Amino acid sequence: MNIIGKRLPKVDSWDKVVGATKYAGDLSLPRMVHARILRSTMPHARILNVDVRAAQELPGVCAVITGRDVPIKYGILPSSQDEEALCVDKVRFVGDPVAAVAAIDPETAERALELIEVEYETLTPVLSIPDALDETRDAIHDEAHADHHNIHKLVALEFGDLAAGFAQADYVLEDTYFYQGNTHLALEEHAALAAYSPDGHLTLWSSTQTPHYVHRALAKTLELPPSRIRVIAPAIGGGFGGKTDPFAHEIVACKLAMLTGRPVKIMLNREEVFYCHRGRHPVLMWVKMGVRSDGEPTALHFRTMLDGGAYGSYGVASTYYTGALQTVTYKIPAYKFEGMRVFTNKPPCGPKRGHGTPQPRFALEVHLDKIAQHLGLDPAEYRKRFVVDDNTKTVNHLTITTCGLRECIDKVVEASGYQKKKDEGGRMKDEINPAHSSFTPHPSSLRRGLGLACGAYLSGAGLPIYWNDMPHSGVIVKVDRSGGVAVFCGSTDIGQGSDSLLAYIAAEEFGIDVRDVRVVTADTDLTPVDLGSYSSRVTVMTGNACLEAIRPLKEKILDTAAEKLMVPAESLSFRKGEIVCEDDDARRLKWNEAVVLAETKYGTLSGTGSYKPPKRAGPYKGSGVGVTPSYSYSACAAQVSVDIETGQVKVEKVWIAHDAGRALNPLLVEGQTEGSVYMGVGEALMEEMTYRGGLHKTPSLLDYKSPTTLDMPEIHTFLVETLDPEGPYGAKEAGQGPLLPVPPAIANAVFDAVGVRIDETPITPEKILKALSDTSSSAEKTKGRAPRVGPKDFPQAPYPEPIRVEPPASAPKLR
Amino acid sequence: MKQVIRLRVNGQLHEIYTAAHKTLLEVLCEDLDLTGVKHGCELGECGACTVLVDGTPMLACLALPIELQGREITTVEGMARGTELHPLQQSFAELGAAQCGYCTSGMLLSAKALLDREPDPTREEIREALAGNLCRCTGYTKILDAVEKTVNSDQ
Repeated sequence: MNIIGKRLPKVDSWDKVVGATKYAGDLSLPRMVHARILRSTMPHARILNVDVRAAQELPGVCAVITGRDVPIKYGILPSSQDEEALCVDKVRFVGDPVAAVAAIDPETAERALELIEVEYETLTPVLSIPDALDETRDAIHDEAHADHHNIHKLVALEFGDLAAGFAQADYVLEDTYFYQGNTHLALEEHAALAAYSPDGHLTLWSSTQTPHYVHRALAKTLELPPSRIRVIAPAIGGGFGGKTDPFAHEIVACKLAMLTGRPVKIMLNREEVFYCHRGRHPVLMWVKMGVRSDGEPTALHFRTMLDGGAYGSYGVASTYYTGALQTVTYKIPAYKFEGMRVFTNKPPCGPKRGHGTPQPRFALEVHLDKIAQHLGLDPAEYRKRFVVDDNTKTVNHLTITTCGLRECIDKVVEASGYQKKKDEGGRMKDEINPAHSSFTPHPSSLRRGLGLACGAYLSGAGLPIYWNDMPHSGVIVKVDRSGGVAVFCGSTDIGQGSDSLLAYIAAEEFGIDVRDVRVVTADTDLTPVDLGSYSSRVTVMTGNACLEAIRPLKEKILDTAAEKLMVPAESLSFRKGEIVCEDDDARRLKWNEAVVLAETKYGTLSGTGSYKPPKRAGPYKGSGVGVTPSYSYSACAAQVSVDIETGQVKVEKVWIAHDAGRALNPLLVEGQTEGSVYMGVGEALMEEMTYRGGLHKTPSLLDYKSPTTLDMPEIHTFLVETLDPEGPYGAKEAGQGPLLPVPPAIANAVFDAVGVRIDETPITPEKILKALSDTSSSAEKTKGRAPRVGPKDFPQAPYPEPIRVEPPASAPKLR
Repeated sequence: MKQVIRLRVNGQLHEIYTAAHKTLLEVLCEDLDLTGVKHGCELGECGACTVLVDGTPMLACLALPIELQGREITTVEGMARGTELHPLQQSFAELGAAQCGYCTSGMLLSAKALLDREPDPTREEIREALAGNLCRCTGYTKILDAVEKTVNSDQ
């Protein structure tokens, strides 16, 4: 192959390095006005009155709207239509949108907001999981939007014989874990520009990962025919899941454009982006796992509680995701999952890189480390022995096509010198040499440790967000007499390189230069539907659709070339700008000439391709979450140093191996892997969304900590290829999976370094010092357990009777 | 209150009639249409709005144009000579240092200031020089690689 597998620059790199790329906030139109949104100052309150008269009278104000102007509810999931573009009767968190203004400049709009008077009647705020379980507190939503009072969703599923599994176990370990909420913090703040033409056409440019879903939400809330709405995603300055919901500001900008007849631009500031959130759910977890004396898992029981924030968002899916993928790495013969998501008066949580799976992965991988420690097993060898096999199903009916996890573990073990660095007791030999530590004032207080963890993630959700049987991804390819190829696809490049991928595939298949391919994406008028950049679906789904679109074009071009060259079409291939006869090198035709001949014979040349994932959902409600064409696998080894005087953790080195099926461009797959490691390091050590009485404590980049160049370790990346049959050229996902093993690898490394378990993120200096010194930790010691900081107990929750599901025939079985 | 401000940007002198309280970031984006400079936090923390003032990195969201009259301001649009890219721009594109691209302008200018001052920096010195520029996509690896490659190809 000439293009696939090569370390090529992204097609959009050149504009990006000269500052020519246009993001939504860079766009402007003649006669444009500027919108701002007034947001709630109350965590939970009824709106008694919104007085906008003074704002309307301010010179320069073009329009003021409130909830009554856009009252139709919406939400990303059909089952969670609980959001309003501007709140009508009630506000549910500090930052909830209440009113909006369009004015001739942002300053005037801002001044107008100050003139709006909102009268609230305060309600008891619900700020934590225990608050949400307390039925004396006010309900945040009507019962119609919740399973029970402030419980949004309750799930219970059981696969295989759990009781028999635990009965066969030689060792059963129970523990609780907490994974803190954190946010995407894409560097680009959300922005949108809306224009409404006199003939009733609405156009929205918006920093969104999912133009198709925004399209649907606009049609619903604005009551316009979808055929007259056009949504365009320009270049996106980072997403990570934070731009995957339809947002209030998008609807507001459109409504204001419709009312004023002028283009309306809205740019959120960083504080507002923190309120949009949809980030990582804080999840409290209880894990009970039974193993035989050699470590073989016999049963796993997993409970999760998600603090969802004020709205549904993707929360129902997030809840299922906290239970779905525990089974796709190691053979689990019996599994029970109970999950619950609650509403609280905080910014809504949603999907962040890894959507609902990094939290349980953290708990599971730390839990396995404890089991290995207890049984005296090497954590790497132990995991390898129970890794799932190719072409099998899990106990919860998920299909494993290919799994490169064993090789991933081998790669990081070898590269990190894992075995060599461990002493007989399995602890890292402390090799910190004071003479070599130039930057630390107390070298003698440093302890070094090495930790290992694994993970898996899906290559795209197997089901669409709203029920339908249409393609998940569509591609149109056009070739014409210029020799140029244009690829049209609804997919959205958020920086990961999805535009480039379409260009690489077309260039590879036609044997031409990547520069001769133009890619047109993320425009609901011009491009066929693609569901969007989420769930790591893009490479597999758009790639397959693109290959399908190209196939008939290749046939036509080869057919006409064969006539011209007087050879059979089967003997021809596309090679570096030519069509060449494999049997006779002298018979060749320039690409451009071949295209002219094909266009002459067949007329306008275009091909369409569609992709729908295989139908694999198991026979139970909720089985749609977790199914996918293929799973990616990752293993991570992290080396940390911990200062026992300050509690400071420094991640010194990370080795990560990722099974991406085939790396269509290794440079980009490495980039996704390294970016995932980065985000995992941030979540493990510092990133957190915290609140005081419903107020976000750190809604700015100054206060919300994220890793800089100085916090990041050197990352050693290894790509493992399994050539998965479901993916284009064998590819699987790369954008999310490699984050998963990073936080638990760091937690396991901290234990290796100082012998304490920090069973919650972020692993801060305070927690380490507390674990090292706390008297309650000594109590743990007397029970034969390592000193620990983590959740002490797991609240009682009304989990329902589980749906009991018979495992599939090829699932792991109890002996 | 509006007034005339004379700014020299990328070698060109501009006379701008604009509000005196506007930041350099706002004037570059809104009045001069140099949208390569990016806003990410409005308080001088993310580095996306980094420009060079007389060769030194400065955060445009915290700078007032009125105080910068007579100084030489360089934005990312001023890095290439005609169609010839600055070596840093070339390596950033070739090595995948720009994913979403939002931090790229600021990263390039901070790196340029470093290389103009210290043509042969170590990886640690590159880390130090870029510590004020946040990137959420790359984990910084490919960015550090790109700056290092530029250093090595210059020799």
